[in-house]
Amino acid sequence: MTTPDKQTNTTNRRNFLGQSAALAAGITLAPGVTLYGVAQAKAPEDAVTAKVRWGMLIDANRCADGCNDCVSACNSENGLKGHGRPETDAQWIRKVNLRDPNTGAKQSLPVLCQHCSEPPCVDVCPTGASFKRKDGIVLVDKHICIGCRYCMMACPYKARSFIHETVTDQKPHAPRGKGTVESCTFCVHRVDAGGQPACVEACSKTSAALTFGDMNDPKSNISKALAEYPSSRIRADLGTDPGVRYRGL
Amino acid sequence: MRWMRTLLANGTTAQAALLVALFAAGLALGLTVQTAEAAENSRVYVPKPPKGKGDKCMEDTKFMRANHMNLLKHQRDETMHNGIRTKKHSLKECVACHTVPGNDGQAVSYEDPKNFCRQCHDYAAVKLDCFECHASKPPKGQAKIHPNAKNAYRVSGGLPQ
Amino acid sequence: MKDVTYSELNARGTGFYSLLAIFGAFAGIGLLSSWYMEHNGHYVTGMTNQIVWGMPHVFAVFLIVAASGALNIASMGSVFNRLAYKPLSRLSGLLAISLLAGGLAVLVLDLGRPDRLIIAATYYNFKSIFAWNMFLYTGFMGLAVIYLWTLMDRKMKCFSFPAGLAMFVWRLALTTGTGLIFGFLIAREAYDAALLAPMFIAMSFAFGMAIFILMMLAAYNGDNRPLGDYIIKRMGKLMVVFIAANLYFVTVHHLTGLYAAEHSGVEAFILTSGGTFTWHFWLLQVGVGAVVPLFLLACPFTPLTRTGIALASVLVIIGGMAQVYVIIIGGQAYPLSLFPGMEVQSSFFDGVVNRYVPSLPEIGLGLGGIAIAAIMVTIGMKVLRFMPASLADADIDPHFKPAAPAEAPKEAVAEAAE
Repeated sequence: MTTPDKQTNTTNRRNFLGQSAALAAGITLAPGVTLYGVAQAKAPEDAVTAKVRWGMLIDANRCADGCNDCVSACNSENGLKGHGRPETDAQWIRKVNLRDPNTGAKQSLPVLCQHCSEPPCVDVCPTGASFKRKDGIVLVDKHICIGCRYCMMACPYKARSFIHETVTDQKPHAPRGKGTVESCTFCVHRVDAGGQPACVEACSKTSAALTFGDMNDPKSNISKALAEYPSSRIRADLGTDPGVRYRGL
Repeated sequence: MRWMRTLLANGTTAQAALLVALFAAGLALGLTVQTAEAAENSRVYVPKPPKGKGDKCMEDTKFMRANHMNLLKHQRDETMHNGIRTKKHSLKECVACHTVPGNDGQAVSYEDPKNFCRQCHDYAAVKLDCFECHASKPPKGQAKIHPNAKNAYRVSGGLPQ
Repeated sequence: MKDVTYSELNARGTGFYSLLAIFGAFAGIGLLSSWYMEHNGHYVTGMTNQIVWGMPHVFAVFLIVAASGALNIASMGSVFNRLAYKPLSRLSGLLAISLLAGGLAVLVLDLGRPDRLIIAATYYNFKSIFAWNMFLYTGFMGLAVIYLWTLMDRKMKCFSFPAGLAMFVWRLALTTGTGLIFGFLIAREAYDAALLAPMFIAMSFAFGMAIFILMMLAAYNGDNRPLGDYIIKRMGKLMVVFIAANLYFVTVHHLTGLYAAEHSGVEAFILTSGGTFTWHFWLLQVGVGAVVPLFLLACPFTPLTRTGIALASVLVIIGGMAQVYVIIIGGQAYPLSLFPGMEVQSSFFDGVVNRYVPSLPEIGLGLGGIAIAAIMVTIGMKVLRFMPASLADADIDPHFKPAAPAEAPKEAVAEAAE
């Protein structure tokens, strides 16, 4: 049992530490524009915990129609190469253009794996290859993926791709091979090292429509942004509780 | 050795027979090892993959030969599911260290029979599944090749070309 | 009814072995197709990131569903105690095992990593209906073997009712599980319905019955064994009920879809605007697969003939394949709705009807699965006593009365109470 006093003290100290860390990690580019690294890096030997839930906020109002920077960044980061066969080529993130047929209003926004807290792909996977890390990142364990594609049938977001051909020259941090299913990893190799996903980094140079961070940490940029304005989830009706949120949808 | 004496003292015929069998098996194993060593100078192909770039592996060679797959499998689950990214038993580090230069001086990938892992796996006819997905050589320009690695073909009987 | 004598296939010589060779060739084509797909990667098939389950799944699901249906005869005999069907229980079990094996072979050989079958058998996610199905399939095989044992070993005869009952419950569970593979897909408008489970059960009844009838006709004609009209007509009449039940569930499924505005899009797609899927639905599934067979089997003005029943069975199979095609491929062709009410466009085929062109290797693999089932049935009948020596009316009809006044009607009645 802790006394209320003690609790306040701890909170204050944590706040203070958090702020100092933010100050230390943040680089002020111009007045009002600050580039933040993501919280403190996890030590390599530390296991991920459920104290963190990684999430992404996509501001559709800022996302420029015709801009494809997040997609190119993802492809080069993860070594995704097209084979001139759009129907079978892998896409981890894609730009979707929306048009309201009644009003004619247009929007453009990226769709990627939504890293649901109740992911249908994880529910249906027969071997448990499709799984959710404690910190909310949904991944495919390609070591035990048998390539049945049931997760692709189950995903409401069309977020997954099947690798239709032999892959060579993979990136060391992004293993991928024929006959297994894959999707956005939130650039888990970067996140584990305290970095940000490649798409977020690329976007920050142009539109700054993407915010990445720990949604469980009230001090993180994403939590503050989510608290400030309403946001929405794609197909919220399905109850999958995505970790990717949209503003201005 | 006490258990052996106990066994011999109280042993039934069956136990004695078992012991003899075990001894024979041990003898046979020893002979096999000897034969393998003798094969160095014979025309029989024995893989002798080149050294890695560091001074020594993080475990001794004998242990690694027998257990590398278990270490890798354990590490793979730890990294995949728990995000533990220590370098000691990471495949990425194995690949970075155990590079073999090709004709162009660059590290060869797993498609090349000279590849460190392939040399033994080909010999033992054990499927090498890691590189269906994982990069089998360090990214371009990052490969550090140990001078000893030049001896990639220092294999008795020569590599099947 | 007399005591039933069982015997192995008499057929031997060139004819029999050429038949086996033909089946073998198709099985070989199936294996080659699989090797070709696995070696190159699935881009050589018709599947894409949009249509992830293609022709192999159509064949596999059809065969698996039909496997459960092939047990109709066994259930009628052992569970519902219909005497006329009892002699055919063994064949029914053999056909069920074989069809399931063929279907599973296709399913496994189409996996992205079929070499990892051992992983599928050692790593389980118990929340997955797919994982449950692996137990349902293997359990089905095991139970079917036990059931056959109780039928074929005199000492085990007393267990044939409990074994048959267990088998009956298990086959319903198996088809329920198979239907729910689709029923549990919350995101896809064409699925996401528990109704798919009973619909798959009705499908299994009809498909399995049709396949059993054709197999029985082929085996008895090919082996020159007496086959009376009584048993065939009885099966034909039973099939009417199954076809009607299937049609009923299809109707209810689409009605519920049409009722919800949310699903009106996918219903309009399948029923009116889906191009080849619409044709498959109305012409093949409903027309060829249900209306014509119902007419052939139940029309009060035309007599029920052997040819009519055989033809109806063929049509039920064609309609069944079309039905599975419409469910699996049609259901995926209709785009996922991420942003309801909005027009969408992307490089990843959002919002467009997905194209699927079946490829030769996929069809080859599917035919290979059918061939594997055919080989198993043929060899099974050749080496073990699955077939009653005679299915003549006098041997099988419990109420058979010889045309000419003959002796021993009392005996027949006594035997029937067996």
